[in-house]
Amino acid sequence: MLDIEVDNLSKYFGDFCAVNGLSFNVQHGEVFGLLGPNGAGKSTLIRMLTTLVPPTSGSARINGFDVVRAANDVRQCIGVIPQAMTSDLDLSADENMRIFAKLYGIPREKRRRTIRELLEAVDLGQWADKPVKNFSGGMRRRLEIARGLVHEPRIFFLDEPTTGLDPVSRVAVWEMLARLKRERDLTILLTTHYMDEADKLCDRIAIIDHGNLVALDSPLKLKASIPGKNILEVSFSDVPPGWTETVTALPDVAEVRADDHVFRISSHNGPRTTVELMETARKAGIAVVSLSVQSTTLDDVFVHYTGRQLRDALQASTRVPAEVLYRQRRGPA
Amino acid sequence: MNRIWAIIERDLRRFRRSPTLIVVSMVMPLVQLVVLGHAFGGKVKNVVVGVVDQDHGVPAVKLKEMFQAVAANARTFDTIPYGDRSSALQDLRNGKISGVLNIPPHFSRKVLAGANPRVALIEDNTDQFVAATLEGTLSEMLGPYGQRSPQPRLSARATLSVVEIYPYVPYVQYLLPGTIVLAIFVSAMIGGGIIYIDDKARGLHEGYLVTPIRKYELIMGFNLAGATKAIVAGTVLVTCGSLIAGIPDPLNVFRLARMLLLVVTTSLALISMMFLLMVRVSDPLIPRAIFGVLNTVLFFPSGAVYPIQAFPPWMRAIAVVDPFTYAVHGFKSLVLKNTGLAAIGVDLAVLAGFTVLTMGAATALFRRTL
Repeated sequence: MLDIEVDNLSKYFGDFCAVNGLSFNVQHGEVFGLLGPNGAGKSTLIRMLTTLVPPTSGSARINGFDVVRAANDVRQCIGVIPQAMTSDLDLSADENMRIFAKLYGIPREKRRRTIRELLEAVDLGQWADKPVKNFSGGMRRRLEIARGLVHEPRIFFLDEPTTGLDPVSRVAVWEMLARLKRERDLTILLTTHYMDEADKLCDRIAIIDHGNLVALDSPLKLKASIPGKNILEVSFSDVPPGWTETVTALPDVAEVRADDHVFRISSHNGPRTTVELMETARKAGIAVVSLSVQSTTLDDVFVHYTGRQLRDALQASTRVPAEVLYRQRRGPA
Repeated sequence: MNRIWAIIERDLRRFRRSPTLIVVSMVMPLVQLVVLGHAFGGKVKNVVVGVVDQDHGVPAVKLKEMFQAVAANARTFDTIPYGDRSSALQDLRNGKISGVLNIPPHFSRKVLAGANPRVALIEDNTDQFVAATLEGTLSEMLGPYGQRSPQPRLSARATLSVVEIYPYVPYVQYLLPGTIVLAIFVSAMIGGGIIYIDDKARGLHEGYLVTPIRKYELIMGFNLAGATKAIVAGTVLVTCGSLIAGIPDPLNVFRLARMLLLVVTTSLALISMMFLLMVRVSDPLIPRAIFGVLNTVLFFPSGAVYPIQAFPPWMRAIAVVDPFTYAVHGFKSLVLKNTGLAAIGVDLAVLAGFTVLTMGAATALFRRTL
């Protein structure tokens, strides 16, 4: 059963293309991650899928309902955690939950039981009657996760659920999501710009850059899809002419990127390439200053598919005109 | 219906927990009523007037005695005798005194000869209220002074008899209707304007928009929640304000019921107006920037502090379309004249029509998406 079907979906804000003809499907029970830097179009995509922003072209179906034509049916079966912390600070955790339970039309008896269960599930049981303004960021996020599940949705959307949280709270949110997924019959779509988060949580990942889908697969397959199983980072004392060619000619080497004395070598067989490299360097009389061998990470995947580091992309994303970012945040003018 | 109530419930729970908001929307207008109500319209007292007598005749002394009698009893004036005119005028220019009453030489002779005697009042006219009081009291005083007795038995002069059909209305009571409307408006500005836009900017509305709530339920919820807070503020002002301003029989149940009806109608009108103004706004600075001016533009032309008949035509035009005008007129009828509903029928109808129009426009402009 396909829970999310996205077909050639685009969104333009004036001339600016936020989402460019995306197509993908999400199976029921999957945890699907949208990975990309700020301004990549993740939030706009999630807003189109949750009926908040109408698409410019293309279509999307959630649980079989079209996001434009059957928006209210879509809203009934989705839970959404927006990027901004949207709990009512003056109200207690319980009251926040209650208001939303009423908005979803949950009958009174069930309301009370569900709220108690959910607050327990996110470890806020003893905080139910405390005002949210005294909560930490991680607690607020957990409350919002509970709030989003109050009507037992089939599909759960989370827009950057751990942005702005400290490392401990992040791990707590991950564990909670993993548990909720196990215990409930949920499909989860989340956006993130943290590689480790996507790697740890997601069954499949779509890498999005400048509104385009650049790669889509499971984290394992994504990592396997790029050349080399291992990445060797080597720094030499001296680099004679033709050294790059010598390194590239070593057995099992897939790709070499050199930056002055530091070489980044992708290899199909890390241990063998390492031994050969040390041997070759010794013969040439070049000292190896440092050497590290790593497995491929999603960072490497991101670099491979977008041609730049995610952290560079994060910085570069500030080059998107401020006005466009504002409109994305606030929706179209 | 449940969803509408959920929006209202949330707003009222928040309202209950923010004492600052309650104070601002209820106590501040009461403070304004007390201060403004006593700042204007009081009787002017203890105006310092210099008296220069250049005549020294018996009629002049008599006039001075009359003047001093006013000073002693009504306390309108404090008199200071001056020996010469120039030092009195100098003190007038320096602001030590507010007027100089000059009895010229030969005053007594002219009085006795019936040759059009005159006294001069040289006044500091920068303060119109003090000047008007001075002129009024002195003219009143000189009237009987100049009359010859005995009067002819049959007078051909037409005189005016004034019948006041209501008890004397002190300014603080005159101001109460406007203050009630102002309290409702302040509540509408804060609840329907500032907090509404802040919630929107913080993404709170985004949370509602992803739920299956219908557009009309959302609009009804926002407006009824805002109106409820405005009604609470208005009701507090109606009761406390009546007590503070000393309205006769302030807790008359029937009048309070009529006032409550007008409070509800006014609240709905002002909240829906605010909703229309804010329906497409997303920048939290905008409500803060326009509210000072909006307050002035709506409050002052309404006749709340000064009669509309005194306004230039363009301001009268504002008064015609200003919902404040009708609300203030309605409250004036109920508060100052204790009329029935018939007297405020037009006001109620205009406010209701205004509500329907602004709500219709706001609903058309409201977007269910971001």
